[in-house]
Amino acid sequence: MFTIIRDLIRYNIEFAIGLAILLLLIGAVILSFFSPYPAADIYVVPPDMPPDAEFWFGTTSRGQDNFWQLVIALRNTFAFGLAVAFLSRILSLVVGLTAGYAGGRVDRVLMAINDSIMVIPHFPILVLFYFVLKDEMNWLMLVLILSALGWSYDARLIRSIAMSLRTRPFTTQSVYSGMSMRKILVEEHLPYVMPIVFATTMNNMIWSIGMEITLSVLGFTDVDTPTMGQIIYWANSHSALISGIWWWVAAPVVAIIVLFIGLFLLSMSMNEYIDPRSRLNRMGS
Amino acid sequence: MAAYMIFVARRFGQLLLVVFLGISATFFISHMTPVDPVAESITAITNFGKSDPEAIDLMRKTLTELYGLQGNLFEQYVTFWSRLIRGDFGPSLSAFPTPVSQIIFRALPWTVGLMISATLISFLLGNTLGALAGYYRKSRILKILSLGLIGLQPIPYYVLAFILLILFGFVWPVLPITGGYEMNADLTLSFTLVLDIVRHSILPAMALVLVGAGSWLTGMRALTSNIVTEDYVTFAELGGVGSTRILRSYVVRNAIVPQLTGLAMSLGAIFNGTVITEIVFGYPGIGTLLINAVHAGDYSLVLGLASLSIIGVAIAVFLIDILSPLLDPRIKAE
Repeated sequence: MFTIIRDLIRYNIEFAIGLAILLLLIGAVILSFFSPYPAADIYVVPPDMPPDAEFWFGTTSRGQDNFWQLVIALRNTFAFGLAVAFLSRILSLVVGLTAGYAGGRVDRVLMAINDSIMVIPHFPILVLFYFVLKDEMNWLMLVLILSALGWSYDARLIRSIAMSLRTRPFTTQSVYSGMSMRKILVEEHLPYVMPIVFATTMNNMIWSIGMEITLSVLGFTDVDTPTMGQIIYWANSHSALISGIWWWVAAPVVAIIVLFIGLFLLSMSMNEYIDPRSRLNRMGS
Repeated sequence: MAAYMIFVARRFGQLLLVVFLGISATFFISHMTPVDPVAESITAITNFGKSDPEAIDLMRKTLTELYGLQGNLFEQYVTFWSRLIRGDFGPSLSAFPTPVSQIIFRALPWTVGLMISATLISFLLGNTLGALAGYYRKSRILKILSLGLIGLQPIPYYVLAFILLILFGFVWPVLPITGGYEMNADLTLSFTLVLDIVRHSILPAMALVLVGAGSWLTGMRALTSNIVTEDYVTFAELGGVGSTRILRSYVVRNAIVPQLTGLAMSLGAIFNGTVITEIVFGYPGIGTLLINAVHAGDYSLVLGLASLSIIGVAIAVFLIDILSPLLDPRIKAE
């Protein structure tokens, strides 16, 4: 594990940059536990102060310190992305491994459902959820909904690996030595797909956090939990740009871009690492 | 040809399944609500003054019927489907008594136009640059261009559109940042109107292209760099075939088919992006309509928009899916 990471840092500049960004952001998340102000309190500092030595990222029109708001938002956003990624990884593993191993009719039924979920546009469905749930639309609910929508693409990837694993001699041997299907999938096949699961985690987080940001900027989530999108929501509802309080908008936007580029670099370099052909290409050149 | 017909039939089955699952999901989501849409609407209507109880009773009955909420869950489900097949989504509440379908079809051309033009531009741009970058691997300019487009790709549509809005609305105000045409524009077909509409669509389309092109580029570059190592390409090179012709007829022709499959698979995401971008720029399409409907509490309009989006995207995916194999040079031989 550690040698892999060391090699990746040495040979893959994208991985090194992505890891550095992620560590920086994780540092900010740890810092958020030492915030001097509770996240939901307003008018704790003078409002509309531009960035200076005391308020690094300025203060908002709601009298909140932008820096501390941002690190707390970062923590919530991370927690959200990880929760969705974890749940949807489980779904995609169950569906992908089962479909790939069982084949035949089970595979066809599962993949038909899988492809349908892949094709259906998610945004109108999410808006519909908000529309019918209104105040019941809390964080946990959104995590569950996004997990239920976000597994299909990765299940297909996992299935394609599971299909080739099925034809390997060790699978046949496991079957003949009387292992149950569940045992074969969990003990024999799961380790082979774990690298893919890790790589897709990053992509899934990019997707789910992007959706969360979009929904909360529009005010379609619980607006009292600070997230990156919620900061922009409040800035917009106070017309921050028109009144010249640009730091209120700039800070979350820059943070979002840094976060996404970090996640994307990690996912790209991991995908490359998994594909031995492109890995050889890089080491050769 | 027989194999192709079986393929089309199977894809058609998949289309029906997507529509069935999507619409059923829409129905069940809309029925798991803890709030009663009829009561909500009545509150919205009676907010402005007192109404006598008899009128409210009558209103409740009419609205229950309009929303298709009478009978048990199964009966409602059947009503939902039979209305959907007739294209009847009931009247809109916020623009009573205009039918929802009429409102949607007024907004639809904007979304379809924006989505098709932006998708075409980003598909062509991404694939062209990707093919070139995969073929001329030493080129500096191509490397820098690819890096820029790939770097923009993970940014959510909303955030990128928002950045463009700030750049071209506040920092350097050269382009219109809201609406689909000038306010009070003369809406008869003329050159100025077309120019106006194009000008208003530049920023939304730019946001969609900037986010979209990167993924086509990455995919095409990987496909191209695999194909150029094939024997037949080396043979063509040794035979003195020009590099433009090799790239166009031997490399891209083979690589474009998986890219089209990719287009079909990501169409739902592209639709999401279009809708979200429209909201940022107040573009008069489905997205803006959807947000306004949510804010106005317009139950039948939200439901109609969600159902129609699913059906529309599913049909578009089906069309790309059945047309893309026809481009494959290997299919023709059969």
